[in-house]
Amino acid sequence: MSAAKENVITVSNLDLWYGAFQALISVNMAVEKQKITALIGPSGCGKSTLLRVLNRMNDLIPGVKITGEVLLEGRNIYAPGVDVCALRANVGMVFQRPNPFPLSVWDNVAFGLKVAGQNSRAQVEEIVERSLRGAWLWDNVKDKLDHSALELPLDQQQRLCVARLLAVEPEVILMDEPCSALDPIATAKIEELMLELVKQYTIVIVTHNMQQAARISNYSGYMLLGEMIEFDETSRIFTSPKDKRTDDYISGRYG
Amino acid sequence: MERHFDEELNDLKHRLTKMCALAETMIGDAIKALVQRDASALTAIQQHEAEVNRLQVEIDEMCFTMIALRQPTASDLRFILGATKTTTDLERLADQAVNISNKAERLMKQDPLKPFVIIPQMTDIARGMVRDSLHAYVNRQVEKAREVIQRDAQLNALKKEINAEMLEFMQRNPATVPYALDIVLVAHNLERIGDHAKNIAENAVFVIEGKDIRHGTENRPAA
Repeated sequence: MSAAKENVITVSNLDLWYGAFQALISVNMAVEKQKITALIGPSGCGKSTLLRVLNRMNDLIPGVKITGEVLLEGRNIYAPGVDVCALRANVGMVFQRPNPFPLSVWDNVAFGLKVAGQNSRAQVEEIVERSLRGAWLWDNVKDKLDHSALELPLDQQQRLCVARLLAVEPEVILMDEPCSALDPIATAKIEELMLELVKQYTIVIVTHNMQQAARISNYSGYMLLGEMIEFDETSRIFTSPKDKRTDDYISGRYG
Repeated sequence: MERHFDEELNDLKHRLTKMCALAETMIGDAIKALVQRDASALTAIQQHEAEVNRLQVEIDEMCFTMIALRQPTASDLRFILGATKTTTDLERLADQAVNISNKAERLMKQDPLKPFVIIPQMTDIARGMVRDSLHAYVNRQVEKAREVIQRDAQLNALKKEINAEMLEFMQRNPATVPYALDIVLVAHNLERIGDHAKNIAENAVFVIEGKDIRHGTENRPAA
């Protein structure tokens, strides 16, 4: 018998409204530790909304109402008194377009550490180097740590955003279409990086690229009109999905 | 939404159906030559076999290209993988028809030991299995596929019956051994045709339900 799965995040009966519009309908999902979970589905299906639920990014949008439960390591992240900044450090996010701060490469990675009150120069240096190495960026930037991050090519900027997350040692990394602005070679690099990161971190990715979901994820959830239609091992979703709607979507019959 | 890819899949189905029809005709012709002692029934067999072989290569090439260019998933992927296995079974069962025709060439020159009864019965069952298994495969009819699998037992039983019958002839009169042995082999060829049709039907279940039921795995408890 295989070892019991250890879930980092458990979403139960989650409903979410933007004003009068219900964007998520009774969603259930378990995110396994140190695995890649991909959310797929057509535009507007709610996959990015669900991703943003996981570190309360939707709190920033006026008129959002959420019911149901999201447990991170057994604790409800929507419970009163939860420190949202600490949550977002623990559940970091990489966005569609790389968004480094208009600061130097070094300052980008050290930023979170300074905010967290880390003042030891030696320790910050060590963490910055470790984070840049972890994001496979050290060799590219070690001689230009004082250059503006905005001078880096797009894929390096995206990996810098990953390094910035790694510096604050998150448990979960959320990625919202992290390769959509990148060419195929840069995409392949990010995918390889994800496969490396998952040895230490838990990753949830939203992607429009189904082949990407098939290549890198362990679990896939197919969403449609706010509902989680099917959630299963990726090898199952892409070979023998149970729901015809999933089959139609991944084989391009949807629409 | 109708996809351009569906046209390619329809073309694939069309070729599989053609290959199956040729193989089925070959079985019918070989048995007709044997039972009716009609040499003219064998004239097209070689040509049909060449056509079956050509279709096998053509269909496999199509599947190979579709996998590379279309990167099919789910039911499309199962259909295409299943198609390459199905062509193998169709080609092999057509080979069995050629084996029967080789024996028919010898046997039709001699008087039969007794009127043919079981061989025509086996032929009807085997041809029906071939036709229906492929029909179930291309038209996604899972009930029909499972029913074809059941029919295989009838062929096995009839083969045993013929073996017993021929053994009796051989024991009574050793001069009948060459003829009786050939009949035993024809029955074996028909039984093998049934096995290939059963494989195709099992493929159909895999394509439709995503369930691998080969080697009786369907009724076996999960490990």
